[in-house]
This record gives sequence, C-alpha cells and structure tokens, in this order.
Amino acid sequence: MYAFNYHRAASPTEAADMYTASDDAVYLAGGMTLIPTLKQRLSNVSDVVDIGGIDDWNGVLTSGRSIRVGSLTVHNEVASYSTIEALCTLASGIGDPQVRNRGTIGGSIANNDPAADYPAAVVGLNAKVQTNQRVIDADDFFTGMFETALEEGELVTGVEFPMPVRAAYVKFPNPASRYAVVGVMVAETGGECRVAVTGAGPCVFRASAMEEALSANFAPDALDGISVDGSDFNSDIHASSEYRAHLVSAMAKRAVAQIA
Amino acid sequence: MADVTLTVNSRECNLSVTDNAILADTLRQQLNLTGTHIGCDTSQCGSCTIHMDGKSVKACTVLTAQAHGSEITTIEGIGRPGDLHPMQEAFNEHHALQCGFCTPGMIMSAIGLVNESENLDGDAVRKGLEGNFCRCTGYHNIVKAVLSAQERM
Amino acid sequence: MATETGIGASVRRKEDARFITGSGRYTDDINIPGQTYCMFVRSPHARAVISNIDTSEAKATDGVVDVFVGSDLAADEVGDLPCGWLVKSKDGSDMIAPPHPPIATDRVNYVGEPYAFVVAESLEAARNGAEAVNANFQVLDPVLNLRTASESDNIHDNVPSNRSYDWELGDKDATDAAFERADHVTSVDIVNNRLIPNAIEPRAAVGSYDAAEGAYTLYTTSQNPHLERLVLAAFVNIAPEAKLHVVSPDVGGGFGSKIFVYAEETAVIWAAAKVGRPIKWTADRVESFLADAHGRDHVTHAELALSSEGDFLGLRVKTLANMGAYLSTFASSVPTYLYGTLMAGQYKTPAIYVEVQALFTNTAPVDAYRGAGRPEATYVVETIVETAARELNMDPGEIRRRNFIRPDDFPYETPVALTYDTGNYEASLDRALDLVNYQGFAARKAESESDGKRRGLGFSCYIEACGLAPSQVALSLGAGVGLFESAEVRVDVTGSVTVMTGAHSHGQGHETTFAQLVSDKLGIPFENVNVVHGDTNRSDYGLGTYGSRSIAVGGSAISKATDKIIVKAKKIAAHMLDSQEDQVSFDDGIFTIPDSNESLAFAEVAFSAYVPSNYPLEELEPGLSEKAFYDPANFTYPAGTHICEVEVDPETGCTEIVAFVAVDDFGTVINPMIVEGQVHGGLAQGIGQALLEHGVYDDDGQLLSGSYMDYTMPRADDLPDFTVDTTVTPCTHNPLGVKGCGEAGAIGATAAVMNAITDALGVKELPMPATPETVWRAASGG
Repeated sequence: MYAFNYHRAASPTEAADMYTASDDAVYLAGGMTLIPTLKQRLSNVSDVVDIGGIDDWNGVLTSGRSIRVGSLTVHNEVASYSTIEALCTLASGIGDPQVRNRGTIGGSIANNDPAADYPAAVVGLNAKVQTNQRVIDADDFFTGMFETALEEGELVTGVEFPMPVRAAYVKFPNPASRYAVVGVMVAETGGECRVAVTGAGPCVFRASAMEEALSANFAPDALDGISVDGSDFNSDIHASSEYRAHLVSAMAKRAVAQIA
Repeated sequence: MADVTLTVNSRECNLSVTDNAILADTLRQQLNLTGTHIGCDTSQCGSCTIHMDGKSVKACTVLTAQAHGSEITTIEGIGRPGDLHPMQEAFNEHHALQCGFCTPGMIMSAIGLVNESENLDGDAVRKGLEGNFCRCTGYHNIVKAVLSAQERM
Repeated sequence: MATETGIGASVRRKEDARFITGSGRYTDDINIPGQTYCMFVRSPHARAVISNIDTSEAKATDGVVDVFVGSDLAADEVGDLPCGWLVKSKDGSDMIAPPHPPIATDRVNYVGEPYAFVVAESLEAARNGAEAVNANFQVLDPVLNLRTASESDNIHDNVPSNRSYDWELGDKDATDAAFERADHVTSVDIVNNRLIPNAIEPRAAVGSYDAAEGAYTLYTTSQNPHLERLVLAAFVNIAPEAKLHVVSPDVGGGFGSKIFVYAEETAVIWAAAKVGRPIKWTADRVESFLADAHGRDHVTHAELALSSEGDFLGLRVKTLANMGAYLSTFASSVPTYLYGTLMAGQYKTPAIYVEVQALFTNTAPVDAYRGAGRPEATYVVETIVETAARELNMDPGEIRRRNFIRPDDFPYETPVALTYDTGNYEASLDRALDLVNYQGFAARKAESESDGKRRGLGFSCYIEACGLAPSQVALSLGAGVGLFESAEVRVDVTGSVTVMTGAHSHGQGHETTFAQLVSDKLGIPFENVNVVHGDTNRSDYGLGTYGSRSIAVGGSAISKATDKIIVKAKKIAAHMLDSQEDQVSFDDGIFTIPDSNESLAFAEVAFSAYVPSNYPLEELEPGLSEKAFYDPANFTYPAGTHICEVEVDPETGCTEIVAFVAVDDFGTVINPMIVEGQVHGGLAQGIGQALLEHGVYDDDGQLLSGSYMDYTMPRADDLPDFTVDTTVTPCTHNPLGVKGCGEAGAIGATAAVMNAITDALGVKELPMPATPETVWRAASGG
C-alpha cells in the first residue's frame, strides 16, 4: 500500500472539508473495495477520508410508503429488514458474511462496479439517491462502468426505496468472486413494471422489452421469446456475453415466477 | 502516524501505527497475535477473520485506524487449553481442521454465524461459511463441528 | 491391542491444541531480530529478452538494503534449480532440462518469473524498491498452446521442438495386435485442465546466516526439509549440508506445491549472507498464483479395444504434458512414472501402450499436485471405460466388474511395469453401489426429469501407486534420490518416548497417527509419545511427505525402529528378571517370563537402560534409542470406487452434486477419523477440478485466473456431504499393512463427477471444468 494520510470525519461538514483540503483524496466507507485496491497498489491517493463514523448516515428508516437506507448502513443490516423482501434477499447475497458486516450501500453504489448487486435494487425499485447536495433519480444515477452522476467530492447520504407492489431479485453469482454474473430485479412499483439488470453489461440497465411485456402480462411466460441484446455484454472466463444474455432471460423469469 | 486505541481480547491497547496500517498486520506484528492468518490479498479467503464489536470481519480489509475505539476479539481471546470455547472443542472433536491455517478464521466465522442465527442446518452452515476457504477438509467435518457446537453455545 | 488410543482408534488429534487456539507457528509467524524483508521483481511478460536491468533507482530508495539480479547469483556460482528425475525418450536419449536459474538473467519465460529482488528494512520499502527496478524487455511471441507447442518457436536454445522428452511405456506391437482383433474401439479426447494448488498458507521463507559459524538457517514452507537442504547444498551450492539447517515448522497445506525447491527460498538464503542480516519473504496470493508450480495440464487421445462382450483387449494413450517454462523439481516424473504406469487401472487389460511428450510453454512450471499423474491416468481410464460401456450398452458397473483383476490374481503384474500386491475391487464396487442406492437411481432420475432437471450417475474405479517408493526401482527409472524414510525412537529415562521422523506433517496429523502407532506397539500411554518432524537438525534424514507415503514408508520406519526398541528392551528385561531373552514376552507394555509372577513395566526397563545398576553392561550398551531406515519393497496400491450422482439444471447449466460415495481400500487404517478427513479433502480437490478450478492464460500469456476473484476455490456451499467407507485388504509388504490415503479422493473423484454429468446430459465428452456455461451449452445442444 502506498502511504497516505488518514482522516476520520465525525460529521458531514468535516468530511467535505477534509476532502477539499486534500490534493487527491478518496472517501472510505466500509472499504470492501477500496482497501484491497489500495493494498494491491492499484490506486495511489494522498488522503483517505473515513466517513464511517458519521452516525447520521447509518441506519434504516421504514414508513408505510418507503424504506430509507442510510448510505453507511452495512449489507447485513439491510438484510435484517424484510420490509422489501427483494431488497433483503439482495443484500443477504452480497459477498460473504464478513463483507456484509462491513460493506455499505453508499460505498457500493458510488463505486458502481458492473457486477455489484445494489445498482439493480436502486434502478429496479426506482429509488432516489440522496447526496449531501441533492437527490438523484435512480435512472440518472448510474452513468457507466464505475461511473455515476456524483460530482467530485459529492457523497451519497442515503437511498430511499419506495415500497413496491411486488418485487424479486434473482442472481446468478460468479462462482469465484460471488459477484453477480447476472442479477435481475423485477418490480411492479409506482404504476410501472421495472426490470433492472446488473452484472451483464458494463453498467446496470433496464430491460425495456421485458418491462413492456410484463406490463401487459405479469407472468413468466410473458417473457418467452424476449431476448436481450448481448452484443456489448461482459465476457470473461466464467461467462460469455451470449451466456449472460441467456441468463438475463432465465433470471428474469425466475424473479417473475416468485411474485407472479 | 495514527494513535489508535483498541480493546483487544479484553485488554486496552494504545498503539501508534502508520496511517495505512492494516488491522491484520497490526495484530500479527505489533501485538504478536499471530493466530490471525493472512491467506490472500482480495478479501476472499477469510483466514484473517476476527470479531470487531462482536461481528465477523476480515482483518485484512480494515485499516487499523478505522478500528479505533472498537473491541477486537481474535482466536487467542476465545479460549485456552483447558478452557476452550465450545467451537474450538467441536473442531477438535469432529476433526474439522487439518493444516490449521484457515482454522482461526474459520472458528471466528463459525462463532459469529452461530451467534447470529438460530437452528442452523447443514446447508445454512455451508452458506454461512462462504467467506472462509479451507483447502484441506472439504468442509464436511467443519459443518459437523459447527452444528455440534451450536448445541453447546 | 484395541484401546482408545491404539491402532484403529479415532483418536482426537494432538496437534489441534495449538491450531484451534491460534498458537500454531507457521513460517510467517517467525521473526528474527534484525530481519529484513524481500520482494521479488517479476516479469510482466510471458516471453521476452531482458536487458539493462537497472537497479540504481531501487538501491537509492528509502529503506532498501540491497538489490540483486540473476547475474549476482551466477557470479557467486549459485546453481540452477534442478529437476530431480531423469526421464529417457523412446530413442534412449536423456530428457532435455533447460537451464533454470533461480533469478532470470537474459530471458524471462513466464509471467511472474523473478528477474531481480529487493531486500529492505520493511515490506513497503521492499515494494517501493521493486517498483523502481527498470529493465528493457524485447517482447517475443509466447508459446502457449500445448497442442502446437512442438511446432512453435523454441523457447529455450537447446530444446528443439520445445520437447523435453518423448517417452513410451508398454508393448506397442502387442497393443496394435489387440486393436486388430477388436470388435469395438472406443476413443476419447481429453483435456486435463491446469490447476493451481492454493494451499491457504502462501509459501514463505526466513533465511539467516551466522558468519561466525559459517552456517545458514532457513525456515521455509516445505513438505520435505531434508530434500530442500540436499538440493540447496548439492545442486544450488549454498553450503554443505552440515552448514545448512532447514526447518519446516507448521505448514499450512501443501498438496504437492511445497515439495519443490523454488527460486524464492534459494534467493533468500543466499542473500542472507550477502546482506549479513536475516531476510523474510512471504508470498502474497498473486505470487502464489503466478509462481507456485501448477498441476495437471494434459491433452490426451486414448483408444480402448474391446470384444463385443466388453472385455478390454488393449489400450493406447497418447498424451501431451505441459511442463510450463522450466522443469520443476519432480516435473518429469509426473506424466511418466506416476501416470503411464497407472493405465491398467483395476483391469486386466492385457496390452497397453502409452506415449507422452513433455513440452515447454511460456507458463508457470507444472509439477506434482495432489495425486500427481495418477488423477490424470484415472481420468483417462475411467472416462474411456464409462464411454465404452455406453457405446456397448452395458451397465457401467458391470463392464468394470467383468474386467477387474480378481482377488486370486494377486500379485498381478500389469503391462505397464507395476506389480499390484493385493486388492479386492469388487468389494469396493459392491459397497459403493449399495451406499448410493443404485437400484433406486432410475426412480430418482425420473423425478428429476419431471422437475425439468437432468440426473446422472458416474463411476470411477481408481487405483494409485503410493508409498513412494522402492528406492532401487525409482533410481533405475531415473530418480535422483532414494525414497526410503528414516525414523528414530528415543525412549526417555522415565519411559516417555520421542519419535523423530523424516516425514513432514502439513495437515496429515502425523503427531497423532505416529503416536498411536508407537503407543500401541510399546503399550505406553498415547500422551507419552511426542512426534518431532520438520527439522533437519533433529531428524537424521527424511524424504518428506508426498505421494501418500507418510504412513506406508515413514510409519513403517517408525514401526521398525520401535521393533528394535522392543528387542533391546527384552534383553534388558531378561537380565532384570534373571531369565533369558527368548523367555521374555512383551505385551501391552509389560515384560513377563513364563511360570513366574514377576513382571516389569516398560518404564522400569527404560529407567534401567539409563540408570544401569541392574544392567548387563558387559553385553549391552546403556540407553534405549533406536534408528531405522525403511525402504519399501514395492509401491502400495490403494484402490476404490467413487460414485457421484448429479442433478443438472439445463436452463442455467448449474450442476449440483446430490450424492458422493467413496469406498476406498487403504489397507490397515490407524486412525479412521484422520483417514476420512484425508478422503474428504481429496474429494473436494477432485470435485474442484471437475466443476470449478481452472488455471487460464490469455493469448499474451497473462494469467486470467490469477486471484480468488477469478480462480474458483471450492467453498463450503459448493460441496455436498460425503459418504465414505473403507474396505480392507492389508498391504502385503510393509509391517503395518497400510497403503496410504492422502491422494485417493483427488485421484478418484474427478472422473466420477464428469461421468455423472455426461450421463445426465447424454453427451460423450465435456471439457473440464464443467462450468455452468459449459454445461448449459452441452444441454442446449450447442
């Protein structure tokens, strides 16, 4: 690991001040991605601003209409809320138990790993991402591989998931890393059907043809014959783009079958 | 350098560490608690699993500075010969270890799993230990040991 | 003696006390005052000419003590890393072993090959120094495809066609004749996938030099510290053996990968004298992936000639074996004497002919990995036998049964140079069929199909040659060392016993098993026997642990030394009891003479040996300590039947192992609990090969499966509960009747799993690992 200066922020303001005062700072939440990256010297930063101690951003609030997850809430905490069963399922399938005890929702979505699970929840459930500056709609948040709408220094403070009418998440894990080879969140929420796919492409996306088909008929066989275009999908030693495309359909059908 | 206070195995430790120190290294090198092992660089193998404020975490993926103020329990802190933790006892009874390298992390994970679950069955134990690699046992006896320890914890 | 701790008892392990409390002492736990840290600078290219290695910036880096390159070692006459087994080609010529300098000098031949190393005050400083080493690389096209390696550029100047050897075994003419009269020929094309061993403890070394004594001490993660010392002394020229102390403390798994003498510990021990300070190196996992010797990696075409009734008439096997870039310590023996010799399997195939070409590629060296050659052989034999059964519409169990070597055929001389001493293959098969409920399979299959799943059953009736090895046989076949084992049994004054063994335990439980053996034979409490291993200054000599040899060879040596103790103790007892040696009986730790109430406990005799007041000093030396070297008369031949039942989801290609039955014949079993554990672990690795694990290089020779993010390690939820059992035919030629159990699981399991999947899918062949995508494609007919 290259040398860096460590700062522990006690408040949102302090975090922002520490960040702007540094040449080349990075925020640290749970560190499940950042610390291995630093350890392997794949990243070299001057300062690490640890926001893990900002209590305001930790915890889950539920109301009848939504569930608001603070950005520093760890996956196991989210998994303990069954308010939205699909969200609970998704959170309980991230990484492994130790990772779920440290990794946070804010860290996950801000990193936007193409194989991360949470982006599928945010987009599929049409959540709103709250930052220390604004509120960003799910459909606008994830902009590309490891890229989001977050501005330099902007921090996710929480994610508000509206209660769906029904939703399910089914994941095909990478056998080695347990990240998503393909993860599909299917939801009926806010008067629409949403199908969000993670793992398959460079960034989470909505499978619009599937959404239309499900809007007409919310049943697994509504997806028969609907394939997704896998031409720009990821391809690696575990799954070709063609196989990923197949899995998108297969996982989507399984998700629908759980809630149809 | 960062000044860090940790409670390690019920003892308060005031340490001065580099800002980029990793908790697993601090435990092994500064506190000589070499039971916490390091088997990979990508936070996968789980050999370094400890409890931080009662939760299983991989000590290779925590900055020591991040752990400031927390309560750390390592394999050395759960039981000694003659006064073993039920999980340690069960690992011995069921031959749930061979080379012993993954064992401290496996035991710490297993204790965390049992503490946070009720009525685990074999499949749940297997799923609950997915963050720990063992190359020797094929996990068969580890599962038996955890199920057995569950009855005694 | 049947006791709670004797032979045959599932005694809880002694060594666990330290491992479950975090008190184990592994190499990286060892720190020596004044210690420095080492980091290797590794080639980023698979094949390149390297020049102008510039270490000036590295040497000027904060905290760097010194930086060394290959020419520094060469100037000091540090020798190459040798390959210890000389294989001869068909034409009688010796294999070609290209020079293998520990630190590359002018060429690099695989990604991860070290070409410099930095010694520094801290690991981070060493890392900084390593990043500051600069070199010019003239990158060349790498040779990566095993099938075309012999037609590619020559990697090494003195190795035409990238071929180390072109070896054969068996009678070609007789085999050709068998094919001519065959009614049916089954042929298969097989790729045995490359595996990366992945002991959870990474390799490590701590080297130091005592200038006053002119002596070196090396702590390292070795399965065979004496062999490490021998190679470093005799071939690498570090120091004479008497000045080189090698300690292999607790070692966190080996599986073959820690047999070999590697660049890293060589560099560390050499440089310790250069810098005058101890040096520590511990691999990170990336280094383990890149630079531990890999396993398997064969391409094979095999043909089986059969009669219309299903009798095996002849077997032809043609294999390309990937050696990687250099010949590792025992690499040459793996695809030859540990592979070709096993092609008879459990069967009476009368004619067998095996050809193996060993080829170099620009990949990490390949050497023994759990089973070493025997899993590859079993995979060939058991794939082709299963395929033949399907082609002839025969029951896979029955075709095997029909061809088994029968109990009354032993000793049985195979057409491929081995003489099996004993076995009962039908007994294992029958027991396995029973345990898997073979009769109920059709109903289970139908039920799966009604669920949209496919179910299959696969057999593997494996045999292995273990207990390496009869020295004269091994030496005549090209081994560079004898393969006996040594033991010393030292009775202490008060009757406790210290056992020194040349075998090394890195998970096998020797401290328990060997103590059971000695306690049983001497009739003394198990707790009173202490087993010492892993230290060249404490055990006389040793060849270490691999090839399932520890109990069969090491245990037999201990048994022999213990017998010598009993012989001497009887002489002492005879004197003390005022009787004759031949009148003394020894049973359950008590010396008695006929028609007398007088008796002596073992501890009393031991005491007398050291406090010889009532002792025949004129005839007998005092003391009670004996050494033995045991050289086996033959290999041992563990064998058994593994049956795997899978359920495949054709929509995703996911395979679930719903049952795995292993019935093994290991001869006499000392500790059934430990033996079962060894089987479980082997099965996990065999299943891992079939379903999960794959060492993959891309077209540039970069290792794609270079971390746990991409190399699929078997996890708890990837594996089933195992059903294991044993049958027993005691080995006929060692004093314990034991055969060894460490590798059986890894040898037998792979074929059983793959045969089950191909059965489920109704396809002939499937590449390994049978990943979901591979299975999905096969299930979808694509």
